[in-house]
Amino acid sequence: MSASEHGHGHGDQAGGHGHGEPQSRFIQHHFDDGAHQFESGKLGIWLFLGQEVLFFSALFVAYIIYRHNHPEIFQYAHKYLDVKMGAINTGVLILSSLSAAWAVRAAQLNQQRLLVWCIVVTLLCALGFLGIKYVEYSAKVHHHTLFGKRFAPTEAPDGTEIEQPDATPGKTEGGAPAPKEPLNTVGGVKAQPVPGAAGPPPGSAPVVPGDPAASKEEPASAVSGVGVLPAIEAQKTAGAAIDTHASARPPPNTGMFFTIYFAMTGLHGIHVLGGVIVFIWLLIRSMKGHFGPKYYGPIDFAALYWHLVDLIWIFLFPLLYLIA
Amino acid sequence: MATAATTTHSGSPGDPPEPSYLTVKRGFRNWIVTLDHKRIGVMYLIGITTSFLLGGVFALLVRTELFLPGSQLVNEQQYNQLFTLHGAVMVFLVIIPGLPAALGNFSLPIVLGAPDVAFPRLNLFSFYLWCTGAALLLLSLIINAADTGWTFYTPYSTTTGTAVVPAVGGAFVLGFSSIFTGLNFIVTIHKFKPKGMGWFQMPLNLWGIYSTALLQVLATPVLGITLLLLLVERIGRIGIFDPALGGDPVLFQHFFWFYSHPAVYIMILPAMAVMSDLITTFSHKHIFGYRFIAYSSIGLASLSFLVWGHHMFVSGQSRLAGMVFSALTFTVAIPSAIKVFNWVATLYKADIRLQTPMLYALAFILLFTIGGLTGVFLGALNVDVHLHDSYFVVAHFHYVMMGSALIAFLGALHYWWPKMFGRMFNERVGQVCAILIFIGFNTTFLPQFVLGSRGMARRYFDYDPEFTSFHQVSTVGAFLMGITLVVSFGNLVYSLFRGKRAPRNPWGGSTMEWQAPSPPPLYNFYAHEQPVLYPIYDYSDLYWDETEGGYVRRPGAKPEAEGYEP
Repeated sequence: MSASEHGHGHGDQAGGHGHGEPQSRFIQHHFDDGAHQFESGKLGIWLFLGQEVLFFSALFVAYIIYRHNHPEIFQYAHKYLDVKMGAINTGVLILSSLSAAWAVRAAQLNQQRLLVWCIVVTLLCALGFLGIKYVEYSAKVHHHTLFGKRFAPTEAPDGTEIEQPDATPGKTEGGAPAPKEPLNTVGGVKAQPVPGAAGPPPGSAPVVPGDPAASKEEPASAVSGVGVLPAIEAQKTAGAAIDTHASARPPPNTGMFFTIYFAMTGLHGIHVLGGVIVFIWLLIRSMKGHFGPKYYGPIDFAALYWHLVDLIWIFLFPLLYLIA
Repeated sequence: MATAATTTHSGSPGDPPEPSYLTVKRGFRNWIVTLDHKRIGVMYLIGITTSFLLGGVFALLVRTELFLPGSQLVNEQQYNQLFTLHGAVMVFLVIIPGLPAALGNFSLPIVLGAPDVAFPRLNLFSFYLWCTGAALLLLSLIINAADTGWTFYTPYSTTTGTAVVPAVGGAFVLGFSSIFTGLNFIVTIHKFKPKGMGWFQMPLNLWGIYSTALLQVLATPVLGITLLLLLVERIGRIGIFDPALGGDPVLFQHFFWFYSHPAVYIMILPAMAVMSDLITTFSHKHIFGYRFIAYSSIGLASLSFLVWGHHMFVSGQSRLAGMVFSALTFTVAIPSAIKVFNWVATLYKADIRLQTPMLYALAFILLFTIGGLTGVFLGALNVDVHLHDSYFVVAHFHYVMMGSALIAFLGALHYWWPKMFGRMFNERVGQVCAILIFIGFNTTFLPQFVLGSRGMARRYFDYDPEFTSFHQVSTVGAFLMGITLVVSFGNLVYSLFRGKRAPRNPWGGSTMEWQAPSPPPLYNFYAHEQPVLYPIYDYSDLYWDETEGGYVRRPGAKPEAEGYEP
């Protein structure tokens, strides 16, 4: 706690609205002074960022596990992503981080016009990022390079057409894929309840992958996972085989890459959207001249949050777009 | 602090004491927008007690159904829904927020001699998140209650026809309520510790709240993302936990327990924290091994992150991982035992008063010891293979979650009740209830250890006739406990209307909240008399004053820190 130049008893109200007071009128009455409020806020935002890191951490763990289990999927599917777009977006976010940091400095030095402009630039970059992301997402919808079962592109990443042995192009979304779908038969084992797991004996009935009725039989107990492991092994070998044949056809379960892609970039996008809302609020307040050397906490905290959002993207970009 | 700022003093010139926080601004509308930590604590308390009664009704329905083999009240599907609701309500709505959010919210700033928590608005926001989460769980109950168990294991949770989405959504929102509460408390402890109160002059209650808050901030987000993925998986079939699409359902279990094991400590650490304060207060003796208790709280919080794998000994985890997790699980026994030994050593040659909160504290020590030691059984790999998913596990975690965490909640509630509402409850009724709850609890759950070790599996709707007598004893105990709980809450509520006025320090507590008026004014202490920081857990200057009806300090008692400022 810093030395308090003038004691605010806690009955005092908000520093007497700044009349002759060196304190900002935005200092809440239960804090000793502006420094106390700022330090508390700073610790609070760092804790919040800590929980944000852990919030994302599970997705990074999922990424590591699935990439380790199925390197072929990641090597194949990342080529669908547009590196140029991703790189532009990285640049846009770094620029916005710069302007956010500059906004903090402007507030500290009481440069009101510069502060407003810095926030405007940050906001425009954030919106630009979301715009580019929208273009990327809509391209994925268009090419059917979506998550899970909805991954059904007609073209390989290099533009060549994917052979469709059973000629089921343009699958309807949501419905179960045709049982003879080549993408799923390769790993056909996986859809079957594996021996060892409780459930209907394998082969007793043709099990449609993902059919809720099939898995409903399985108890919710811990056992369900056991049988999956051999299936994963089976897929791994199947996937490796496909890679060596070098056919244009995607490896089985390529949709998993896009599951992870959409989960990670989607959650990141939601955070960008949250940042946009915060910076709009800051823009309004800074235009009213609320911030200055005595009171710039919110700008500082928002900028810290924004740097974290930027940092997460800096990890996402190489992990998703730049796979060797 | 707009509302709080406008309610200061409300025209009192100073001499007639300021109105208490309960009466300073009346009316429902002033309560729901309040930023006062005490009012928020009271609102939590109302919500949590209501949920507790609801969860208790579910538990009694489950026990009634199990009174005899076969179907009595409900069918198999409804039974699954009942135990799911019981678990989800008790874990997410009652035990996790119980001690930190309700009682912690009330006591934390007063114990620090501070006017409020660091972020009062965030505090209110957390409360509304809690309400939203509770409403979503209730929505699931109304639509078609989830039947997955409170753990929401995939693949069942992504395929069952019941209303899993609102239940999972509710748990997700409740998680964020917990995160923000934890964040708020960490900042409050760091930044509002009064001058002169170093880390090792902090009441042990605060050490517990602090370790709990760390867990809330660091573990809960992982639950958040897991439940979010589960929601997306269920709604959008993205395949992340679906083996048919290359996903892995065991990954869900890893993520889930990475939170939910620390969550066990989110439940038990504040309980232990309260215990340290109760035992020393009612022994009128300095706590034994202060530093060990403080460090063991942090030790438990750290270890809790490293043992989640012991929930998956039979889920296809590798043998090596199983062994490592088993070994780490055993280490948890060390800090837990340190606490128990220190509490017992505090009791040694102490001037023990067997008042209601102390009876709960003694019950806690016994029940926690049983719960903790049976946990060591379950941490042993080969034993766990036999006992997992049996009633032994059910009995074990009820000893820890109900027998320890909830008993501590009841003890703490009785302890701070006079401070919260300025009324003394009927001591005799409180004591009898505490004893009956202890008896009822053991009648309910001791037989379940036997049931489990003889092969009765948990979550089963029906059972072999040979288990009938054990189940019947258990059900009788559950009803005894249920009735006593209602009586003890009735006793507390009755005191609001007919109770004796409470003195400032009815129990002889040495921490700062007992210097505040009962109930405290809006900013916790009168403006003209600031709290004094006396040496922690020093009872030598406290004596019973007949005219006051409570404990007071001997005049001239020396404060700890000369440079102390509130």
